[in-house]
Amino acid sequence: MKALVSVKRVVDYNVRIQVKSDGSGVVTDGVKHSMNPFDEIAMEEAVRLKEKGKVTEIVAVTIGGAKNEETLRTALAFGADRAIHVKEEGEVQPLTAAKAFAAVLKKEEAKLFLAGKQAIDDDANQTGQMVAALLDIAQATFASKVEIDGDKATVTREIDAGLETLEVDLPAVITTDLRLNEPRYLKLPDIMKAKKKPIEAVSFADLGVTPAAGLKTTKTVPPPARSKGIMVKTTDELVEALKSKGLL
Amino acid sequence: MSKILIVAEHAEGKLNGGVAKTVAAAKGVGGEIHVAVFAADAAAVAEQAAKLDGVTKVLAVNNAANANPVAAVLAPQIVEVASGGYTHVFVPGTTFGKDLAPRIAAKLDVQQVSDVMAVHGPNSFDRPIYAGNAITTVETPAGTVVATVRLASFQAVGAGGSASVETVSVGAAVPTHTRYVKLEAQKSERPDLQSAARVVSGGRALGSSENFKVIFDFADKIGAGVGASRAAVDSGYVPNDMQVGQTGKIIAPELYFAVGISGAIQHLAGIKDARTIVAINKDPEAPIFEVADIGLVGDLFQVVPELTGKV
Amino acid sequence: MSVERDVMEYDVVVVGAGPSGLSTACRLKQLAEAAGKELSVCVVEKGSEVGAHILSGAVFEPRALNELFPDWKERGAPLNVPVSGDDIYFFRSETAAFKMPHLFVPKTMHNDGNYIISLANLCRWLGQQAEGMGVEIYPGFAAQTAIIEDGVVKGITVGDMGVNREGEHKPDFTPGMELRAKYTVFAEGCRGHIGKQLIAQYALAQDADPQHYAIGIKEIWTVPESQHKPGLVVHGAGWPLDLTGTSALGGSFLYHFENNQVLVGLIVDLSYTNPHLSPFDEFQRFKHHPVIKQYLDGGTRTSYGARAICKGGFNSLPKSVFPGGMLVGCDLGTMNFAKIKGNHTAMKSGMLAAEAIAEALLAGGEGGDTLDSYPAKFKASWLYDELYRSRNFGPLLHKFGALVGGALNYIEQNWFGGKFPFTVHDLKPDHATLKLASASSKITYPKPDGKLSFDKLSSVFLSSTNHEEDQPVHLTLKDADIPIAKNLPMYDEPAQRYCPAGVYEVVDEGSGPRFQINAQNCVHCKTCDIKDPAQNINWVAPEGGGGPNYANM
Repeated sequence: MKALVSVKRVVDYNVRIQVKSDGSGVVTDGVKHSMNPFDEIAMEEAVRLKEKGKVTEIVAVTIGGAKNEETLRTALAFGADRAIHVKEEGEVQPLTAAKAFAAVLKKEEAKLFLAGKQAIDDDANQTGQMVAALLDIAQATFASKVEIDGDKATVTREIDAGLETLEVDLPAVITTDLRLNEPRYLKLPDIMKAKKKPIEAVSFADLGVTPAAGLKTTKTVPPPARSKGIMVKTTDELVEALKSKGLL
Repeated sequence: MSKILIVAEHAEGKLNGGVAKTVAAAKGVGGEIHVAVFAADAAAVAEQAAKLDGVTKVLAVNNAANANPVAAVLAPQIVEVASGGYTHVFVPGTTFGKDLAPRIAAKLDVQQVSDVMAVHGPNSFDRPIYAGNAITTVETPAGTVVATVRLASFQAVGAGGSASVETVSVGAAVPTHTRYVKLEAQKSERPDLQSAARVVSGGRALGSSENFKVIFDFADKIGAGVGASRAAVDSGYVPNDMQVGQTGKIIAPELYFAVGISGAIQHLAGIKDARTIVAINKDPEAPIFEVADIGLVGDLFQVVPELTGKV
Repeated sequence: MSVERDVMEYDVVVVGAGPSGLSTACRLKQLAEAAGKELSVCVVEKGSEVGAHILSGAVFEPRALNELFPDWKERGAPLNVPVSGDDIYFFRSETAAFKMPHLFVPKTMHNDGNYIISLANLCRWLGQQAEGMGVEIYPGFAAQTAIIEDGVVKGITVGDMGVNREGEHKPDFTPGMELRAKYTVFAEGCRGHIGKQLIAQYALAQDADPQHYAIGIKEIWTVPESQHKPGLVVHGAGWPLDLTGTSALGGSFLYHFENNQVLVGLIVDLSYTNPHLSPFDEFQRFKHHPVIKQYLDGGTRTSYGARAICKGGFNSLPKSVFPGGMLVGCDLGTMNFAKIKGNHTAMKSGMLAAEAIAEALLAGGEGGDTLDSYPAKFKASWLYDELYRSRNFGPLLHKFGALVGGALNYIEQNWFGGKFPFTVHDLKPDHATLKLASASSKITYPKPDGKLSFDKLSSVFLSSTNHEEDQPVHLTLKDADIPIAKNLPMYDEPAQRYCPAGVYEVVDEGSGPRFQINAQNCVHCKTCDIKDPAQNINWVAPEGGGGPNYANM
């Protein structure tokens, strides 16, 4: 069984985000980028499924400019067998990304689409669900446990009410949550080998994808600073204040 | 004029509290607000939704397939209802809504707006990016506006209304490729730090692992998760998976107690989305008081046990 | 615990992707290509990416770059802001300063033809050039130890990943690999932790003066356009440090970079004597001086970082070669302190090392020997000449202070062409200069105003520093009792103040003072390893990828 894993290049989670003073966005030039941490979890899961013999081939896919090749190399070092680079220099919003991933999934006849539940840059949390919708296949988001059995998957999902279990027919989209696994450290020899694995470049046109109309961002500002509240003198006053806010 | 469809989240016959907040966001758009309840038997939930201020109509969609909320099953039904002249589809920004909304948007061939935190008009919204470290204003293109609503940004509307309830039959075929198996509440004596509605954190002023007991006792009394500042973790008082802050966890509880925490910027970055911050510290100059909603200057070893006794 | 390690063999392994290491790698590939042969070159870098741990002023003299890549402009090297003006100030007090007439500026401080750059970005560019030529660069992997067999350096071992705080293996434990090479080039920068061991083990410094150091603290500001003068270079000496005394020396810089950015910093010599001195707080108050304030007012601070500097220069240069390897750049100590520039000299030293290695390997050499052709090439190059001419600058300052020492330097550089017929030595190592706390006056620093000056933790926040929390503390104490038993009573434990990242604290929760190491804050500046009066702190590399994530520094 073939698994397709989407990986996104994002500003590294350690980097402190700076909003440009003219409100045109956040500073991304010259700052460290790396693979979206949720996508690392998706990669790790794919590799574990392959180690268990459930998956036979892992194909990593990304959409973006030339620099995204780094991210694909990271995916290859994790254990992807090959990679597909959908080349697009401009901004790609979730629906457009989903159309491209759906086209790749179809072409590759992959049974499993694994992706992070969201990217830590736009925090959209949409693409996986959209891929499933476009192909009319099952989705299991926020996965914290995945078991594959033949042409079915049993997925435990972390939802607000607790842990929900779904059974889905394959092909299906599974998006990964933080507790699904702990991604491994990449080994130097694997990074070395990854340099030699194949990356196929395709364009939106090759995939027959027309970008969807996007949201227009008109302004980006830093979050408002919190302001100082009230001071109380005793625990009684504190309890009273909390009760008046409906918090106790 | 806008015509807004809100998808009701509910469980065991009870309307989710997030719906009232979603209605508040919809009121910012203006226009007619309808709530659709998809259930095996929608009557009880529909009745609760009808009371929400600002709601003009409730649509009840009964179908045995709706017994449990499964996005793939709900989406085609919602798309069919939304095609009846709706300009907007709003869903609470819970795991239910986040799972569902993109499936609706893709079916309607529109981009979706995630985590709406302010409404400027029918097509202009604020939403956070980079874990809330930046706020963007976005304009939606032509087509239906599908959005999830960030619940922490809106105050629930009241429940004094009386909208009409209309039972609607929906013909959309629902898929069988996704089957609900079960739901288990998280088995943990203490709520998980990351998802807890209430969190109590201790800092280095606790002085030792043993002294952290006052924090745990208080947290257990109010059903809170327990966190710690980096300084407390570095001092070895608690394990590092309890660290709240920049390189540890970013959390957004409704209520956060910072006990004996001075408020280093790293820690503040980790709690910036907390709804209400309570600070207890013996140093009146501690930076934590600059951001706390309620501050109490005092000795934590006296104050916290006292609080535990009073709540 | 013995673990199975993977091994890879290369012709050359370079430790550190800074200007010297990357120049070594590029030059090796160029020479191999010119000879129509292959040389395999691998660079390991402890930062999470190339440039993440690079911090420099920087006014850049392109001499070495012109030699390495004469077509650097076409290749898009990030040298975008030529120096347009040079101001030098002597700060007399917190409000007074006088500007030195240009006539009296020592030649070494002339910056015509130089560029204001971000060295981190230059390194990113150099990394791309190197990879384009086939160099393998592995960021996020820290060289932990040199492999030494029968007295010969055979390569390095990369640090293990997945070890918990107690030193036990976590489930994701991944042993570090051995990278073996015919020659290993150490380019770790100032006070490299392996370089330090090699200098000791091979007694490389036995004929040299002690190395001298400074700590450089730098911030990047975005300022209102009306206050921005692209290309303007402002250097200063004096307040808040000494102008005429010698107990606390150093200098300041303020460079007007591109995009309304101003780079501002203070360099404090680690030969300072008062244990109460805090370089960080000196820098914070320095920014309130009217000369500096006029440029920063109304701006926003966007980055912060710190790094130790090797400033001993010519007199402190250790021997550069040993069997199987060599030191280059600041790991060796090639900075020209009279110019306050070390980037072009670091690059040049790396290129010279590469030339020596390429000659040996391309002629069929097997490596492992002491490559004396490197110091020979060094001696015949402009690098030697340049460092020789500047050899007296540091010692003159240490002996006579900024004003008189500076004047003597002016005489030497401008009248004698850098060739006084004598050499001034400074033989006291920086860790031995502190006076007792009881004999030193307390320094009360003003509270930061949150506009121009800030506290340490909010500063470290801007360096995007991170370390995996659950790993052994990488700031090791040879004797855990010294900080409280000796350093505290004698020197009021100066680590609390010289560390620019708040790593060290003495805390007292009622049961007596305790020495707290907040290793997660460490920006890898190495100051503690240098200045600790007991030489009790040993900086070792943490898990690869940890440390600051500097952009544009």
